[in-house]
Amino acid sequence: MATAAPGLGRPPLRLLLAGGAGVAFLALPLVALVASAPWDRMWSIVTTSDSRQALWLSAWTSTAAAALCLVFGLPLAWLLARVDFRGRRVVRAVVTVPMVLPPVVAGVALLSAFGRHGLVGEPLRHMFGTQIPYTTSAVVLAHTFVAMPFFVLSLEGALRATSLRLELAAASLGADRWTTFRRVTVPLAAPGVAAGLLLAWARSLGEFGATITFAGNYPGTTQTMPLLVYARLQDDRDAAVASSLVLFAVCMLVLLLLRDRWWGALR
Amino acid sequence: MKKLSAIVLAGVLALAATGCGSGDDTTKGRTLTVLAASSLTGTFTDLASQFEAAHHGVRVRLVFGSSATLAQQTTEHAPGDVLATADQKTMDDAVSGGGIKGKPTQFATNVVVVAVPADNPAHVSTFADLDRAGVDYLTCVPTAPCGAAAEALLAKAGISRKPASQEVDVKSVLAKVVAGEADAGLVYRTDVTASGGKVTGIDIPDAASSPNTYWLGVTAKGHEAADGGALATQWIEFLTSSEGQAVLKAAGFGAVG
Repeated sequence: MATAAPGLGRPPLRLLLAGGAGVAFLALPLVALVASAPWDRMWSIVTTSDSRQALWLSAWTSTAAAALCLVFGLPLAWLLARVDFRGRRVVRAVVTVPMVLPPVVAGVALLSAFGRHGLVGEPLRHMFGTQIPYTTSAVVLAHTFVAMPFFVLSLEGALRATSLRLELAAASLGADRWTTFRRVTVPLAAPGVAAGLLLAWARSLGEFGATITFAGNYPGTTQTMPLLVYARLQDDRDAAVASSLVLFAVCMLVLLLLRDRWWGALR
Repeated sequence: MKKLSAIVLAGVLALAATGCGSGDDTTKGRTLTVLAASSLTGTFTDLASQFEAAHHGVRVRLVFGSSATLAQQTTEHAPGDVLATADQKTMDDAVSGGGIKGKPTQFATNVVVVAVPADNPAHVSTFADLDRAGVDYLTCVPTAPCGAAAEALLAKAGISRKPASQEVDVKSVLAKVVAGEADAGLVYRTDVTASGGKVTGIDIPDAASSPNTYWLGVTAKGHEAADGGALATQWIEFLTSSEGQAVLKAAGFGAVG
């Protein structure tokens, strides 16, 4: 390891110690999780029908949420990055709020909107007889609600970082704004879109509070991996640890895929 | 920071003071932490104030949750002097896991009923109505006593329709029924009483013959306390006394035996 900035002297011991304690604190629980894994029972736990159902449900609801983020979040990120409109700061604040909101509060808010007696949920039920809570759609909605801000804000940053020159060139060649968006902006921002999607997907995968509050908890329809971990913790700790490890492994994979994006700039 | 150290100092002094006392004084200025099944929420809150009134200087701290979660926590030495569970299985688990020392005491029984919102939107009038299409009902997770009991009753009645959701504990089921977010929920008779008319209870034919039994035990942590679990034992004695039993009965709990 190279010492940073020669000429400034050695890094002070107290900073090294405090920083080391910080990283140890972050690493220790993860090491403990891996160490306490019931390796001999691992396979049988992970392949039970409950586990497979939850894993499959988590995977596809998170993918659906990422797709919704793309459909609605990409235009939103573009508006924030490229169009100077009144109230842009308010819109950005609205987008940011779900990111800092406690997920369980997000769940209560979603119930107030889409629950049986919700602002939208009640008329929906009376007119079409459809009900959102306790369905897999509710899980996707909860996931999208918490993941969209991550997608929009990371993509807005990526869009701002790309140069306007090519878009201006396209416009001068007669392309309208929609064509420019499709043919120039989106292809240029593709790596940012991909990273944003992965980020949104990972956030969805870990979603717990909004899901259990708004969607409920039933194997096969609404019980995602985090909910299964929580339910298992009540009677079979080994099974909870094994399920946690699966989620942990998936998160590590996401980190690996995003490594150039997050670490590249810092190297 | 100064304030914090003052509080810590006061605490240390309080502890030291109790150490110097004799006999009953060992319980003075102490906090009794009771881990209790969520179906006991209202009742234990009342009982705690009575207990505090009768034991000068004692504060009762109540922690409510699913019996299974709390039993698990006692085996991990989470803070708590007494555990109160809503069935025998979770208490047995706590005992076999080393969370409870000594023999648990049964102190009440409870019966699962169908709770429906006051306006009863799905027109549920019998337990069998839960089998009807379009009725969204809730139970507790099967690991919680209320969920285990519900599962057994549903199987016995031959109801094959699945619940819309399995909530983490009985109060979550009740809350969703009260809010009208479900057509029905399987809760305890005492929860219906506690809701004060916000839900209506419908008896389940077979429920009364196999009631849930409620158990109390002093935790391993409680035995390690400065008083050796004396205060925890007093709590159990209080609950099994005629005074405590009267409060439980008023809340709708059944007597033991």
